[in-house]
Amino acid sequence: MRCHQRKFVQNFMFSMTSVIAMHGLAHRAFHRFLPFMVALAALAALPARAQLTVEITGAGGRLIPVAIPYLAGEESLPAPISQIVSQDLAKSGIFQLVDVGMMRLPEDQIPDYANLAQRGADAVLAGTATPVGAGQYEVRVRVFDTRRQADLGGILYRFTPSQTRATAHRIADFVYEKLTGVPGYFASRLAYVVKQGSRYELRISEADGSNSVPALISQEPIISPAWSPDGTKVAYVSFEAKKPVVYVHELATGQRRAVANFKGSNSAPAFSPDGQNLAVALTRDGISQIYLVPISGGAPVRLSRSSAIDTEPVFSPDGRYIYFTSDRGGSPQIYRMPASGGAAERVTFEGEYNVSPDVSSDGKLLTFVTRNQGRYQVALLDLQTRQQLILSDSSRDESPSFAPNGRMIVYASESGGRGSLFAVSTDGKVRLRLSAEGADVREPAWGPLPR
Amino acid sequence: MHMKKLLTPAVLCLGLILSACSSTGSVEEGAGKVEDRNAGAVKTVTPPSSRSQALAALRDPNSPLSKRSIYFDFDSYVVKPEFQSLVQTHGRFLAQNPDLKVLIQGNADERGSREYNLALGQKRAEAVKNALVTFGAREDQVEAVSLGEEKPVCTEKTEECYAQNRRADILYSGEF
Repeated sequence: MRCHQRKFVQNFMFSMTSVIAMHGLAHRAFHRFLPFMVALAALAALPARAQLTVEITGAGGRLIPVAIPYLAGEESLPAPISQIVSQDLAKSGIFQLVDVGMMRLPEDQIPDYANLAQRGADAVLAGTATPVGAGQYEVRVRVFDTRRQADLGGILYRFTPSQTRATAHRIADFVYEKLTGVPGYFASRLAYVVKQGSRYELRISEADGSNSVPALISQEPIISPAWSPDGTKVAYVSFEAKKPVVYVHELATGQRRAVANFKGSNSAPAFSPDGQNLAVALTRDGISQIYLVPISGGAPVRLSRSSAIDTEPVFSPDGRYIYFTSDRGGSPQIYRMPASGGAAERVTFEGEYNVSPDVSSDGKLLTFVTRNQGRYQVALLDLQTRQQLILSDSSRDESPSFAPNGRMIVYASESGGRGSLFAVSTDGKVRLRLSAEGADVREPAWGPLPR
Repeated sequence: MHMKKLLTPAVLCLGLILSACSSTGSVEEGAGKVEDRNAGAVKTVTPPSSRSQALAALRDPNSPLSKRSIYFDFDSYVVKPEFQSLVQTHGRFLAQNPDLKVLIQGNADERGSREYNLALGQKRAEAVKNALVTFGAREDQVEAVSLGEEKPVCTEKTEECYAQNRRADILYSGEF
C-alpha cells in the first residue's frame, strides 16, 4: 500500500479549476443526482436529462471487461462519478462493464484479484472521494489489471461541485488510456446544429451528445462549426445577415465577432493549429477560393488560385498542409497544398465525389464523404498506405469529424426523415447512434480534449 | 427568401421602389459593396414615370420577364440552352434599364456536402451573372450570391424535388 501511495504522488495531477470555467455549463446536469442505490448494471436506463442518448448499433471484436465499483466516500460527491465513468466506458463500444453489485473499492486498497478475475473483469477501477473544504472535493483513482495483478497507475483530481461531471469524464479517459494505450475522448465536447421548424441552434454538448446547451439561436441557417485548438472558441457560418458570414464565438462569454464578412459568400472556417488564423472559403474574387484570415480580424490572404471551386479547408495537425475540396479536376476531390498556399496535389482518387475532409490528430488518417453508387458515405483513407475504407452503411452521411484521439468519427446522417448524429470507430467495428428526440441534428464537430 | 414567397410583396414593393418600400435598404450592415446594393438602389432616384413601363413588364405574368428561374443538372453549373433566351431577355432588359439591379441567388439540392453545395450555388449564380453580362447587363448591375442547400423550395426526397432546388433565381431591386 505504501508503494501505491508513492506511485500515486508521482503520477499526479492537475487542477480542474480552469476546465469548467470554459465549460461553463455542465453543472446543469447535476441537479438530478441519482441515489447510489441504483445498481451499476442499470446502465441502459440513462438519466432523462440526456438530450441525446447513445445506442450502440454495432460492435465487433473483443470487448475489454472492466469493473467500476463505487468509490469510497462517493456519496459525499455532488454527482455519481463511478456511474458516469461506467456509462462513458460502456458507450465507447470497446468496454464491457462487469457487474460487481455494491462493491466499494478504495484507491489505496489492493483489490481481490482472484474474485474480480473470477467475475470476468480484466481490470478494475479503485477510487476514494473526499471533501477537502472550501466546497472542493478530491478524488483519487487507480487502475488495476486483475489478470497480471498489476497496478497500472493512479491519478488525483481536485474540483468544485460544478466540475464533478467533467472530472468523471477525465477519469473515464484515464481508464481508457491505461487499458488501450491511447488517450480517451470523454472529456471532449461536440458542437452541432439542431433545426427545429425554422429555428436553428448551435449547441455544445458532452462527447456523447448529452447535456447540450445552446451557444447561438437563429432564425437563419447555421452551418460548419469548427473548434479552436484550445476548445475555448467555435467558428461557424451564420446566415443571419441574409448571406453566409463567418463568426468566431467565445464559448465562456458568448462574445463573438464576424471574422470574415466580405463581398459574396464567407464560409467553411477551420482554425490553424496555433489558433490565430482561420482558413475560410470566400467568393470575394468570384468563385469560392481558400483564404487565410486572422481571428482578430483583418485582410484575407488568398491561398488557393484555381478557376474551380475550392472549399472546405482543414489544416493538418502539424500545420504544414491544408486539405480541401476542389473540383479543378472535373469532379469534387480532396487535395492538399502547403499551408502558405501554392501548388496542390490530389489526395483522393476513388470515385467521382469526395468532399468534407478531416484529418486525424496524428495526421495519418483522412476522413471524408464519398459518393458510392449514389450513396453518400463516410470514408477513411490511410494517408501512408493509401488504403481506403467505407465506414458507414447509410446513404446520407455528412460532415465527418475525428475525435481528439483519432479513434472515432462523428458524422451526421439521415434516419427516419431527419438528421441524427452517429459515431463510428476508425476500424469500423463500433457504431454508435446519438439520437435526439424530435430534432433534426446536423453539422457535428468534435472538439479537443480540455487542456 | 425564394421567389414564390417573395413575388407578391416584391411586386408591391416594385411599385413603390422609389418612395418608401419597407423591404429595401432594411438588410445588411454596409461593410462592402454587397451591403451597399440596397442603399444604392434606393438612392438612385429617377422620376417614376421613366421606369413605370419597365417595372410593369417585370410583374406582368405574360411577359417573358416574369420567368426568373434557371434550373441546372446534377452537380452542374452550366446554363443549359433552354434557358439562354430567358437569360438573354433579362440581360437586354438590364441593358435598357441601367439603373436597375439584380441579385442572383444560386441554390443546390440537399445531397452531399453543405459547403460544397454553397460553392456550387455560387457557381450557378455566377454562371447566370456572366450570361446576363454577355447579353448586355453591366457587371455592377448584377450580384451573385449562394444559399447553398439551406433554402430549398421543395423538401421531399425525390428527384423532381431535387431538380427544383438546383436553381438560380433572378431577383430585381426590391425583391430581396
